[in-house]
Amino acid sequence: MKKKSLFSKIYPILVFGFLYAPIAVLILFSFNAGKSTAIFEGFSLRWYEEVFRDTATLEAFKNTVIVAVVSAIISTVMGTAAAIAINNYKLKWFKQATLTTTNIPMMNPDIVTGISMMLLFVFISALFGKTGTLGFTTLTIAHVTFELPYVILNVLPKLRQTDIHLSEAAQDLGCTPIQSFFKVVLPQIMPGILSGLMMAFTLSVDDFIISYFVSGTTSQTLPIRIFSMTKKRVTPDMYALSTLIFLAILVLLVISNIITAKSENKKHKQGSKKGGA
Amino acid sequence: MGKKSTLLSRLIGAPYIVWAVIFILVPIGMVAYYAFTDVTGAFTFSNMSEIAKYTDTFLLSIWLGLLATVISLIIAYPLAYIIANSGENRQKIMMMLIMLPMWMNFLLRTYSWMTILEDNGFLTTTLNSVSEEIWGILNEALHSFGKELKPFEPIHLINTRGAVVLGMVYNFLPYMILPIYTVILKMDRSLIEAAQDLGCNKFQVFKNITVPLSLPGVVSGFTMVFVPSVSTFYISQKLGGTGTTLIGDIIETQFQTANNFHLGASLSFVLMILIFICLAVMNKFSDEDGEVII
Repeated sequence: MKKKSLFSKIYPILVFGFLYAPIAVLILFSFNAGKSTAIFEGFSLRWYEEVFRDTATLEAFKNTVIVAVVSAIISTVMGTAAAIAINNYKLKWFKQATLTTTNIPMMNPDIVTGISMMLLFVFISALFGKTGTLGFTTLTIAHVTFELPYVILNVLPKLRQTDIHLSEAAQDLGCTPIQSFFKVVLPQIMPGILSGLMMAFTLSVDDFIISYFVSGTTSQTLPIRIFSMTKKRVTPDMYALSTLIFLAILVLLVISNIITAKSENKKHKQGSKKGGA
Repeated sequence: MGKKSTLLSRLIGAPYIVWAVIFILVPIGMVAYYAFTDVTGAFTFSNMSEIAKYTDTFLLSIWLGLLATVISLIIAYPLAYIIANSGENRQKIMMMLIMLPMWMNFLLRTYSWMTILEDNGFLTTTLNSVSEEIWGILNEALHSFGKELKPFEPIHLINTRGAVVLGMVYNFLPYMILPIYTVILKMDRSLIEAAQDLGCNKFQVFKNITVPLSLPGVVSGFTMVFVPSVSTFYISQKLGGTGTTLIGDIIETQFQTANNFHLGASLSFVLMILIFICLAVMNKFSDEDGEVII
């Protein structure tokens, strides 16, 4: 084992200190007895009670979850299908054109993606002489659009790693192409699909910039609600809410890590048993 | 696979292709359309010529964005290197710690910096009292030589360009760490061993093997930090002051308050072109696949 240098011990602590300083401040002030987010006046849980009484914030939270779930599912299904298709395209230029188009939402600044979709929606509604088209549907469409590239780019590498001979073998052994897909290919690319799904969900929950341009007044998500609140003065109830979300994520991550560690352990044990037999 | 199944597997991509055309390509066409038309829908160059007024804003955005990106790279590279060379468990925990802040709303994390950087906040007052002390000592020392310093001026952190750059670095640093970490981790260790066997010292190994091989990660991180930095509007509004209006702020105003979609579209159009030029240049340095590492 190499001896670790002092630098490699201290440096991460410094960077993590930088990354977590504002979060610590945020959590601290969520317990503030006073109304300020700058001067700490004593410990209190009043803002946590306040969160559950603020109907507009709860409504925004509900919208955020609905849009995230719906858009993540749509983008994962469509994106996985697209990745399989892209992997099979024989026309080189067509494959390249599809991949380039897929990259556009990732390379374009969010603000440009947001306004480009807003302009499309506004233009179409003007064609039909309607107003106020921006809402839940446009928000979901926009979220699916910016999530799709991440799903595709998570699934494609897994598809490239799968052995086509396996699905050929399955078909030689009497599987239909569809059966061989579900029994052979799908399990192999599942990790990619799942990480794509997770990423899509996370991006959707966290997105502010694109949502800001394509959501109407009726479909506020949490980031948009927070934005409109930070235009005035933020009261610590926003901090309380994000502390709760932060803790929920932390718990979920720890649990999922423990589960994977356990299952890996199990596999390891099984593997060694088989090896021994 | 049989002929039928490959045909089927190509056809299931159709919904995505249709979606991508309608919601990726057409909207970009829309930006161009609005950029070159006026309210009546007639073709015009007036929006484009109006952009000249915003040259300074463009330059400032690019300058602050570049600064934030370079600082992020300087902070991220050593960390990514350290993490990639740690034990497996430590790696997992540290990567989780890097991803975790991204789950906290970006607006609130930025807002929280306002608390930290405020004029009567803890950081500013401490910095000010410490530097005033040092200033005094210096002054006294100089006094014996018959010279004197200017009177002490309190430091301002909030509402400065520095604060905006800090906000950018803070928010987008993980996007620099992740790709660099990934490439260093995937690097072929036998190359490093070979270099050592051939007599390279640690620094030579780093310079001749690690740096060139990690270049794709650096390029990827560079774009992933530069693009959101150059186009941001929230960070500059919250942490910046009157002298830090960025191009994102101007675009946001056109769409949300000024309702001048045509000017907003032409600004976005130019921003988009600028960024695609940057990306094309960056990709020249990257691997030939042109794939983005995530």
